[in-house]
Amino acid sequence: MTALPGPRAVLGALPFLEGFPREFVEALTPLAHERSYEVDTTIVREGAPADAFFLLVSGKVALEVVAHDRPRRTIETIGPGEVLGWSWLVPPYRWRLDARAVKPTRLVAIEGAGLRALLDRQPAEGYRFLLRLLPVVAERLENTRVQLLDLHAP
Amino acid sequence: MPPEPARRDDDLPLAPHPYRVLEAGPETADTTTLALAPVTGEATRAFAPGQFNMLYAFGIGEVAISISGEPARRDRLVHTVRAVGKVSTALAAARPGQVLGVRGPYGSGWPLAGADGGDVVVMAGGVGMAPLRPLVYELYAHRERYERVEVIYGSRSPKDLLYYPELQRWRRRTDTRVQVTVDSAGRDWYGDVGVVTTRLPDARFDPARTTAFLCGPEIMMRLSAQALADRGVAPTSIFLSMERNMKCAIAQCGHCQFGPDFLCREGPVLSYAHLKPFLATREL
Repeated sequence: MTALPGPRAVLGALPFLEGFPREFVEALTPLAHERSYEVDTTIVREGAPADAFFLLVSGKVALEVVAHDRPRRTIETIGPGEVLGWSWLVPPYRWRLDARAVKPTRLVAIEGAGLRALLDRQPAEGYRFLLRLLPVVAERLENTRVQLLDLHAP
Repeated sequence: MPPEPARRDDDLPLAPHPYRVLEAGPETADTTTLALAPVTGEATRAFAPGQFNMLYAFGIGEVAISISGEPARRDRLVHTVRAVGKVSTALAAARPGQVLGVRGPYGSGWPLAGADGGDVVVMAGGVGMAPLRPLVYELYAHRERYERVEVIYGSRSPKDLLYYPELQRWRRRTDTRVQVTVDSAGRDWYGDVGVVTTRLPDARFDPARTTAFLCGPEIMMRLSAQALADRGVAPTSIFLSMERNMKCAIAQCGHCQFGPDFLCREGPVLSYAHLKPFLATREL
């Protein structure tokens, strides 16, 4: 893992953090690390500790459901600027899905425990952060509901 | 001597015209594309993209099927049929040489003339790509008339995508952006996964100058139309191809009534501005 050169370099350019005060983004900097993954590399594995909040800089990631009696299925892909997971925020902080790079992928990993502590210390920004994250969760839930309808089934 | 059978639609509007199957090719496990031509050797009837024909499997029944071929070609009529019921299963099983009945074309087409000079968004779900394919052919036939063209196609899984080789050809064009997504996939799929609306944020168009054409399951169209409207596309510039049970196709039987319209006559293509109140009406 390589520490980022500065908040403006990558963090400041991420759409998720757009509009946050400079001080908040700077406070995130020591928690942030850039990671790169080749195609077909597993980024997170279901059941493993969810110790980071990931934001995609480039590439594409498949979220996979693993059921051991059938082939694994990709249920969603996420692309540049999008959020990968919120398990770092929800006890017991374990990943609920597998995530695999399906294109060469660059992302920023923000340490989960440190980020939770920062959001606790700065409740106003913490609230704002959750308001930014909740629509992502809501949209994915809504999309999953539509997928459950299996609209294109025979 | 028996009278010469009338063949003008005005005289016998429900009489099918005999067409021979020239080619029958599988698209997916349950979908077949048929190329048909009149047994008389005449040219096929002209149609507008978005129109449909009534196809008759003799002795079994008749169903409405959108025309999915090139409007410019008059030597063949192309339909993509998904085998879901008795009649469509018989049609999808038709083989070259077999004779089917054809009535039509019927209904309103995609109002492409209003899209001149602006951006075009085509959104298809599942077999909804079939009635949109002639529209894409028309766009390409007169590509200079339009600015950006975005095609977004969603399907159940990679193996359920229609016209995949053709989609790949469209993707290679520099004057079109094609996004394909599926509801779920195995590990061998490296494309996008998610409902069709998830691709809309990546589509590039100027909402104020965009005309959108949608076809797919009704919920997919409703959500997509709403997402386009949220992005600023005028509801009068969003067009949906509606589906109801077409029986006569000549606005006599009422089976296809949807709100104030008979979809076989006023539809199947109608604007979101017109349809919106009825799309929100339950049990309609």
